[in-house]
Amino acid sequence: MDRRHFLKAAAAAGALAGTAGLAAPALAQGTAARTLRFVPQANLANFDPIWGTQYVVRNASVLVWDTLYGLNAELQPQRQMVEGEEISDDGKTWTFRLREGLRFHDGEPVRAQDCVASLNRWMVRDGMGQMLRAIQEELVAVDDRTFRWRLRQPYPKMLLALGKTNTPMAFMMPERLARTDPFQQITEYVGSGPMRFLRNEWVPGARAVFARFENYVPRGEPASWLAGGKRVTIDRLEWIIMPDPATASAALQSGEVDWWETPLTDLVPQLRRNRNIQVDIADPLGNIGSFRFNHLHPPFNDVRARRAVAMALNQEDYMRAVVGDDRNLWQTSASFFTPGTPLYTEEGGDILKGPRDIEGARRLLREAGYDGQPITVLVAQDQAPLKAMGEVTDALLRSIGMTVDFVATDWGTVGQRRASKAPPGQGGWHVFHTWHAGADCTNPATQIQIRANGDGAWFGWPKDEAVEAARDKWFEAPDLEAEKAAVAEMNRALFNHVTYAPTGFYKTYQAWRRNVSGVIGAPIPFFWGIAKT
Amino acid sequence: MLAYVVRRILATIPVMAVVALFVFSLLYIAPGDPAAVIAGDQATPEDVERIRASLGLDRPFLVRFGEWVIRILQGDLGVSIFTNLPVTTMIAQRIEPTLSLMVLTLILAVVVAIPMGVLAAWKQGTWIDRGVMAFAVLGFSVPVFVVGYLLAYVFALELEWLPVQGYTSFSAGFWPWLENLILPAVALGSVYIALIARITRATMLEVLSQDYIRTARAKGASQGSILFLHALKNAAVPIVTVIGIGIALLIGGAVVTESVFAIPGLGRLTVDAILRRDYPVIQGVVLLFSFIYVLVNLAIDLVYTLFDPRIRY
Repeated sequence: MDRRHFLKAAAAAGALAGTAGLAAPALAQGTAARTLRFVPQANLANFDPIWGTQYVVRNASVLVWDTLYGLNAELQPQRQMVEGEEISDDGKTWTFRLREGLRFHDGEPVRAQDCVASLNRWMVRDGMGQMLRAIQEELVAVDDRTFRWRLRQPYPKMLLALGKTNTPMAFMMPERLARTDPFQQITEYVGSGPMRFLRNEWVPGARAVFARFENYVPRGEPASWLAGGKRVTIDRLEWIIMPDPATASAALQSGEVDWWETPLTDLVPQLRRNRNIQVDIADPLGNIGSFRFNHLHPPFNDVRARRAVAMALNQEDYMRAVVGDDRNLWQTSASFFTPGTPLYTEEGGDILKGPRDIEGARRLLREAGYDGQPITVLVAQDQAPLKAMGEVTDALLRSIGMTVDFVATDWGTVGQRRASKAPPGQGGWHVFHTWHAGADCTNPATQIQIRANGDGAWFGWPKDEAVEAARDKWFEAPDLEAEKAAVAEMNRALFNHVTYAPTGFYKTYQAWRRNVSGVIGAPIPFFWGIAKT
Repeated sequence: MLAYVVRRILATIPVMAVVALFVFSLLYIAPGDPAAVIAGDQATPEDVERIRASLGLDRPFLVRFGEWVIRILQGDLGVSIFTNLPVTTMIAQRIEPTLSLMVLTLILAVVVAIPMGVLAAWKQGTWIDRGVMAFAVLGFSVPVFVVGYLLAYVFALELEWLPVQGYTSFSAGFWPWLENLILPAVALGSVYIALIARITRATMLEVLSQDYIRTARAKGASQGSILFLHALKNAAVPIVTVIGIGIALLIGGAVVTESVFAIPGLGRLTVDAILRRDYPVIQGVVLLFSFIYVLVNLAIDLVYTLFDPRIRY
């Protein structure tokens, strides 16, 4: 072979290889475009949304299990699996009729009996469900598509209970699964939602995979959060668990993943510099930080000690520690309710506003009889926002003359220790931090943390009749105006009692590659309406 | 020899029993509550208590330990509190990436570190020796995760030669398997290379000063033959010992490396289980690691006989 022939042969081989090279990515691109790779906020360690109530389980569950009603972007419950409902004149009997053609992933039709069993399981574990259970007379299937719920008294918030986003949501499962004890896990993951869970590809801690459910019947209306037509255009959704934020950031930049739910705020500037990546607010309803008191033991069993802390507490300090200086991400908020939502109020919240009164706080503490005993603050070091809040609290309590026993531990230990009613020196606690999803703080029904019914209340066991009375008023409120009045009264009562101290309202970012469209800001990452090119 | 191997394998039984008792007791007294993690933030204390009871965590220590031991003796490591999957299934899902990473790291370390150590000893006091020692100090001093991030930044993000994260099974092909493991193996291997290179150099220096080496030189043996046949073989026992001890380093390092490179291996499984207090998984994985460590040490003891015929069992 001479030089000319060699060059010709090489050029031909190159062209062939080039053609093959062009053809291959087209096929690969088609497959890749139908697969979305998503990095969720946490590991999907279990998959029973009634048994385990972590948000990541809920977020995966909305793909697999459908709900009777779904909350839309205006926070209004809309019909989802339900075709229609009838309410008796006395408001005590609700009759629900299911849409036609609904099927589970195993091909079986969705029947009213499935819904009855699912509601029975859900009611045991959910706060609003427990209220319904307490006034329930009968919940029965009338025929395959109709079921009736008879109550002893009206429950105006019925549709909210069935469509709310806070955990556990009222997901509909096949009867055989829904009959599982609510305190035991289900063993199959069959739903009627827009995607199927591919159990054989599930590696907890590493990967969870979902495939489009071909027989899903979406509603005709446009999708709006959990309401409307949930039209899924991707074939396959891979949740890739990445505990390390730097790795997730690098994987997004290199195109190995398409969408990252919770980028670390510190890494956002780097992501913004990449022209292939878009960054925006993940959830407009954000989160409310919480400084939780133990109301059982001195000094915080005295409202003056709690007020002293609130007088000195500077939300700006907390927010800068949690999310930094980016003002798009946080605001101060003298409220237990989510800013920007219909019931939001700052009524009675003056104690958190204006210049902080450190001297006044010290005085009030002395009046409350604080004698210098160490204040046990539980700080989960493995949760960045809680670690940050704990460090601000340490400085805050010292500034008003308190001695701090800073217990640096992990969330698993905080979860156990906060349940202890023992005195702080004997395994109990004085203070811990957490945050509450703003979506759960839009009304009093979905906030267990603002209950003040003593032993029945959330950790810290606050007790205050004014708070509970205002809550009851909200449940009975016939219209939005009455609801607003009740919530204003409740906010005032909560600040009077200092049930807990809100440390500010903050949001987080999400980031995705620009070849992905349809990403919206919402309390849950929704995959209907998402397309990838 | 066979009798020795059988004796050593039998000796692992009390070792494993002590490990089992230690792990179970440690987890029992350690703070934390899986029921609280499962129940989530919205749960009431009563919900948490019912979940704890349903998981059997409210029963006395001896009852739980006795049941666990009986199951272990039947080859059953139990079921994960969280995933509801058998622990053996979870380990089976995760063992391939970890073993792949450890084996590749081991090969890389031995192939790189031993020649480095031999070279440093041979060229003692030169810039080559100083260079190898400087590398060894760096390898020891820089944490694995820092090396990992640097490698990922340079070779994955900037040069785009290798993927940032993940693992592809060997069954999907050799190159897809290897390309995911190169950066993690280099990151994890950095400490191990440093350790083996240092010990190889030190041992070789001692051996190279022996009379029989001088005799070999006097007989006109080539430099390669002196270094690798006469000296290295006699220096091998301490080097092999360090390689064996270093397996523990690898196991510890795998935890960090798997997190940095998002490899779904046993290291990450262990960390996740500890953070959630998934007791059956923690116990199962720790028992497995202990068993592997005991077996590796047995293998190392047997390998001694290949290098030193004076050693007899």
